[in-house]
Amino acid sequence: MNPVRRRRLLWVLLLVVAAGIATTLVVFALQRNVAYLYTPVEVLRGETGERARFRLGGMVEKGSFQRTPGSLEVHFKVTDGDALLPVVYNRILPDLFREGQAVVATGTMKDGVFVAEDVLAKHDENYMPKEVADKMGMAHKKHDVQAPAAAATEKR
Amino acid sequence: MLPELGQVALILALLIAGLQAVLPLAGAQRGKAGWMAVARPAAYAQLFLLLGAFVVLTVAFVTQDFSVKYVADNSNSLLPMVYRYTAVWGAHEGSLLLWTLVLAVWNAAVAEFSRGLPERVIARVLGVIGLISLGFLAFLIFTSNPFVRLLPAPLEGRDLNPLLQDVGMIIHPPMLYIGYVGFVVPFAFSIAALIDGSVDARWLRWTRPWTNIAWGFLTIGIALGSWWAYYELGWGGWWFWDPVENASFMPWLVGAALLHSQAVTEKRGSFRGWTLLLAIAAFSLSLLGAFLVRSGVLTSVHSFAADPSRGLFVLIFLGVVIGGSLVLYVLRVPRLEQGAPFTATSRETLLLANNVLLTCACAMVLLGTLYPLLADALGLGKISVGPPYFGLLFLLLMTPLVLLLPFGPLTRWQREEMSRPLRMLAPWAVLALVLGAIAYFTAPQGKWKTAAGVATSAWVALGTLRFLWSRFQSKGNRFTAEMLGMTLAHGGIAVFLIGALLVEGLNVQRELAMTPGQTLEIGRYAFRYESVDELRGPNYLATRGHVQVMRDDKPLAMLNPEKRAYASGGQVMSEVGIYPGVFGDVYVALGESLGGQARAIRIHIKPFVRWIWLGAGLMALGGFVTATDRRFRKAEDKR
Repeated sequence: MNPVRRRRLLWVLLLVVAAGIATTLVVFALQRNVAYLYTPVEVLRGETGERARFRLGGMVEKGSFQRTPGSLEVHFKVTDGDALLPVVYNRILPDLFREGQAVVATGTMKDGVFVAEDVLAKHDENYMPKEVADKMGMAHKKHDVQAPAAAATEKR
Repeated sequence: MLPELGQVALILALLIAGLQAVLPLAGAQRGKAGWMAVARPAAYAQLFLLLGAFVVLTVAFVTQDFSVKYVADNSNSLLPMVYRYTAVWGAHEGSLLLWTLVLAVWNAAVAEFSRGLPERVIARVLGVIGLISLGFLAFLIFTSNPFVRLLPAPLEGRDLNPLLQDVGMIIHPPMLYIGYVGFVVPFAFSIAALIDGSVDARWLRWTRPWTNIAWGFLTIGIALGSWWAYYELGWGGWWFWDPVENASFMPWLVGAALLHSQAVTEKRGSFRGWTLLLAIAAFSLSLLGAFLVRSGVLTSVHSFAADPSRGLFVLIFLGVVIGGSLVLYVLRVPRLEQGAPFTATSRETLLLANNVLLTCACAMVLLGTLYPLLADALGLGKISVGPPYFGLLFLLLMTPLVLLLPFGPLTRWQREEMSRPLRMLAPWAVLALVLGAIAYFTAPQGKWKTAAGVATSAWVALGTLRFLWSRFQSKGNRFTAEMLGMTLAHGGIAVFLIGALLVEGLNVQRELAMTPGQTLEIGRYAFRYESVDELRGPNYLATRGHVQVMRDDKPLAMLNPEKRAYASGGQVMSEVGIYPGVFGDVYVALGESLGGQARAIRIHIKPFVRWIWLGAGLMALGGFVTATDRRFRKAEDKR
């Protein structure tokens, strides 16, 4: 092999190795830092599988909000219209957190309760990926559809 | 009547942009001087017309003409006067008008300051800018017209997004746009060079100041945005890896690579094709940023009402611009001649490493930003990519960049004995490590991050000073504005590193419930929550907290964080209380009422946080100073 060729080959090898390392790192970093979004019914069905940390999307059930007086700890339930999931949170809530409004919480399940590390409220337009809004939009619809139907049944 | 005039101005500008796009390009191809001569007057006319349209919209806001839909949607009679001016670019239509106006300013500036270039080249450059202008004007007129009437006119408007009722908002978008749009100049130059089939060092010398200025403005724009997020969102962070932040950061990274590669091409003739490609990439990423923000595919704090037709328009425009440029590039680039050869140890190699690392960082940000879209399209589920992804990869890519940085200016072009710069820098490397070690043992928390911050920052600062020293040692060598600019920008990186890494390491954050009279102690600081009261603003009702801050038991400041409920729309916004300082901020935000007299309070101590924006300011200044180098102007004298 002449020197020019050998150098070229060396360069190519170097590039392949660098690209390989880069790809591995990126895949590794992506896998570890991606948070999937689930609604309560999906969580209860066990669709979260192995993933300990995920995002929970849905609406804050009306009348479910409870605060331990004088402390930051709050309990509320998130619904997607089909199922309810209790959530506990121990930090400052976003400005636009309301009952009956959409919410996304990041955290883990512990003894049937979702322990949130972070809560984002809809209309608090901050940092809300669209997919979340989509899924929450669906929850919204289900909820709205169900409510009048329930009311109608009551009348009868 | 006035809004219709604005409308007419826009349509005229569109027609003229069409002329500017077609005639000069065709004229340059066929050698018709008359057609080429259209370019300059067309550029001036567009600036005049768009300035007119912009003034018309501003007048509509100031006089509160609610018969204009855009005005009715984004202001109301309670809006303070200052924000009536800034509300012009507070939402999609107006900010797009600002974008096209900025483009017209760059367009006219190129027409004005390009007299030294051959007629054929400038006709092509202006022709390409004309094409871009045509695209944006069409977008503005057909999908996002700010002058649409709302009849009958409502008595009262909605409101400007409360997040945007702020001083930072007045200058953040214009700065950002000047930067984004400014990359159109190197882009247009690249296309012109590709059509021509050659890259003349003289033309390249002419584009360098433009790139530097655009990049400087982009730096300021991003820094302002980060500063604004810091004090307006009330979370205490200064960078969130939000899709829209990323959208502005990607052209910045590629722009920084472009600055360096342009310097190599201009001085040594190497990297010609690469420089052209980077110029295309920088502007394409600016357009991609526009697409991501406008289309609403990625929603964030910056997104405006999403409209699929807008997204589609920008997507097609993006496809035409990027696709067209790349096809042209592939067809033409093999024709370019090669530059002077260089060895593995030379300044060229170091600058190549700089370019590779910066573009990889950009690719990494792009992947992380688009991955959720991709995963959704492939049915992999709804996901979000967390900041740790960006943090980790950024750390991996930027560490070698920062470590190599001081070598660049000290290494000779073409070939170098690596032992020479190593010898020059070795003592300073040792000193930087010692400073890092001192920081490690004195930092109360975050020892590793603080030590890394101090050591890397000292390394960059000392290495840059070493370069200054060797310049002053060697008599007879002029110290050019370009060198001063580089020194400032590299110094800015040192300052930025101190800010970013020390905040990361030393930041203290508490969220707690406090009752009046309660005191929280954090290190040397103590915070006493006194009370809250009500406050009536011009268009909001605020709950204002009083928090007494003490340092070493002496009163330091009374901070008054607020929670504002805006009259229209009922949106609630936090207003942070900050005691600013060169060596750190004390930052207090008010949370919700916890029942009884208790309140949620968020307290941050942020050492050196201001150095982040100071560093960015120095980088921008470096860009501007470099642009004033006499060598760039000499190019214009020679015809």
